[in-house]
Amino acid sequence: MAELRMREALRDAMAEEMRRDESVFVMGEDVGVFQGAFKVTEGLLDEFGERRVRDTPISENTIVGAGVGAAMNGLRPIVELMTVNFSLLALDQIVNHAAAIPYMFNGQAKVPMVIRMPGGGGHQLGPTHSHSFEALYLQVPGLLVACPSTPADAKGLLKAAIRDENPVVFIEHESLYGIKGEVPDDGNGLVQFGEAAVRREGSDVTIVGILKMAQIAEEAADKLASEHGVEAEVIDPRTLRPLDLDTILESVRKTNRAVIVEEGWPHGGVGANLATLITEQAFDYLDAPVQRVTGADVPMPYSKRLEQAAIPHEEHVVSAALATLEGAV
Amino acid sequence: MADLPDAGTCYELLARMALIRRFEEEAGRQYQRAKAGGFLHLAIGEEATIVGTTSVMQEQDFLIGSYRTHGHAIARGTDPNRVMAELFGRVDGTSGGRGGSMHIFDGERRFMGGYGIVGGNLPIAAGLGLASQYKGEDAVTICMFGDGASNTGNFGETMNLAALWTLPVVFLVENNLYGMGTAIERHSAQTDLSKKAEGYGIPGTRVDGMDVIAMREAVTEALRQAREEARPTLLEAFTYRYRGHSAADPEVYREREEVEEWRQKDPIESFAQRCIEAGVLGEREVQQAREAAETATLAAVEFAENSPEPPLDTMYESLYATSPEPGGWYAVDERSPEPHRGEREADMPDAARELAEAGAAYAEIEEEGERPNPAVHGDAMDARANRIKDPDGEPADGSDPQDQGERPVNAEEAGS
Repeated sequence: MAELRMREALRDAMAEEMRRDESVFVMGEDVGVFQGAFKVTEGLLDEFGERRVRDTPISENTIVGAGVGAAMNGLRPIVELMTVNFSLLALDQIVNHAAAIPYMFNGQAKVPMVIRMPGGGGHQLGPTHSHSFEALYLQVPGLLVACPSTPADAKGLLKAAIRDENPVVFIEHESLYGIKGEVPDDGNGLVQFGEAAVRREGSDVTIVGILKMAQIAEEAADKLASEHGVEAEVIDPRTLRPLDLDTILESVRKTNRAVIVEEGWPHGGVGANLATLITEQAFDYLDAPVQRVTGADVPMPYSKRLEQAAIPHEEHVVSAALATLEGAV
Repeated sequence: MADLPDAGTCYELLARMALIRRFEEEAGRQYQRAKAGGFLHLAIGEEATIVGTTSVMQEQDFLIGSYRTHGHAIARGTDPNRVMAELFGRVDGTSGGRGGSMHIFDGERRFMGGYGIVGGNLPIAAGLGLASQYKGEDAVTICMFGDGASNTGNFGETMNLAALWTLPVVFLVENNLYGMGTAIERHSAQTDLSKKAEGYGIPGTRVDGMDVIAMREAVTEALRQAREEARPTLLEAFTYRYRGHSAADPEVYREREEVEEWRQKDPIESFAQRCIEAGVLGEREVQQAREAAETATLAAVEFAENSPEPPLDTMYESLYATSPEPGGWYAVDERSPEPHRGEREADMPDAARELAEAGAAYAEIEEEGERPNPAVHGDAMDARANRIKDPDGEPADGSDPQDQGERPVNAEEAGS
């Protein structure tokens, strides 16, 4: 084990897989000479050269499409898009092509590629660089969607994504790139898709959080315990497609209460989806309506004060959890 | 004018073009019989562009096209039976009935697909070429697309990337003068599409797309440049489609005289004539090519009719390339007749039971065809209405629309 920042864990995942498999390569805007807009690809160009670490023009749809074609012709591209907002320029290739091709050609072609994209607010990047589109990608059959919240998961999930035979939308959170954590460094440590992590055990309320909100959920759980005597169980799904619904349902059947925390918009969001699934499949176990804590229903504002108010914080999660317990404690 | 190749090659070119022509005519007829659904884009008139191109490709080369590619697959060697079965939505179709007319694919013959999004195939072509270059393989990708696609952002982005990375890709714009119903001078500021290559520093050449021999010559040179000099090129095949954009196109945007004028330059007739005049082929061989096309086309229809519909339990197959269901996967399908996971049917509350029963009733209605599909809008709806409405304007009676008699979609097609 080594203590690494998340950006280093992600870079190591790519480097290890590139050493292991000649067909893996990286392309994207400023991934080479510039070393990555968020320095995630730092050092890769030096080690692997321009053939395998390719700076591209600013042409998102074509970068992803070229990845699709390269994947159909036997390679395993890792495409970096500079932010999730920019991925909207490539939505046609991601949804109409990468996700649809294996199905619409009846399994004659496969698209083993990873599309990495950082998102999330908190850096005053305003309404075109700060969004959270997990819900958008989780909707698309044919895609896999990963959203790691720790350096170990980031590395393990990215390695698994690179080895997977399917197109993976790999969502990273800009605010998590600098966090440190213990990471396996023996070349293994793959994290299976579709396996949630229980970050904290508890019997009073289940809190599900993704990306940065998985961390906020843990902080809220600590506060619930220390200040309110409430023991929350915190679950990080780690991947949204496939989704480990079993672990979430099992927890809800035990706690009878659920709170879902995400940074994305409320309508049709990750929380809306999970709340429906929990209601459909564990209705009889619920003692209170499922609560959602989401980002504000606005394009992300620039002003620090407004931006912070548009992002969920620990106290929002605490009040949502307490709301599910109203009358019970 | 370039010389004719040997007699065997000439016969093969003629036979392949005749087969595509006859196949497309029959596809149009089967569409009017409602045997083929959705949209249907026919390449009648564009046969020389297609066959001239594929006839000089090597086995390891890739071909990728647009949504008008029944002929491209057939030209590459795909069994016409399987293409027709795909139009019929049957299991023996090239995509098992999942893709339809716009998404023909034959990986074995390196026909890397028809694509329904205009311009969507261009970046993928760059990727196919990138992988060939990366692996050091001697394969060139030919990317065919329409004049309309040359206005998309993908065109500019992909030309730039291919030129920048010297990818072994030949871009071939099939300029049939219309982007759907919009004439080229109304959709492109530069109507000489070969000139669009200039800004990317790659050579652009215009070719007579109605002349199969001229096409062969131009594509041979473009393939050579890609293969030997790692230089992408843009070819503009000047061609024409006799039929509408799709079978649902009433063609209000062009004059019949224009279509007639192009018919005078028919790529099959003119090539047959030239072969006869040069003494390379006889009348008998030309007739033989036509008969072979007729036989193969009728066989394709019979094959497609006899191929079964895809079983419903194959719905989720090939969605993911790993095991049928990745670990921890949950399909949330409200139409599933089974109770939701974790619940026994007996435990289902009354309200849920009523909902389930209502759902079942809804499904039955749909099967009888009484309810129009709300997801179908615009010209798709018109096309459907044209095909399943009675001649006297009465709505469909709910019987199987496939049993409706043959009737024309528009006057032009009725006459042809």
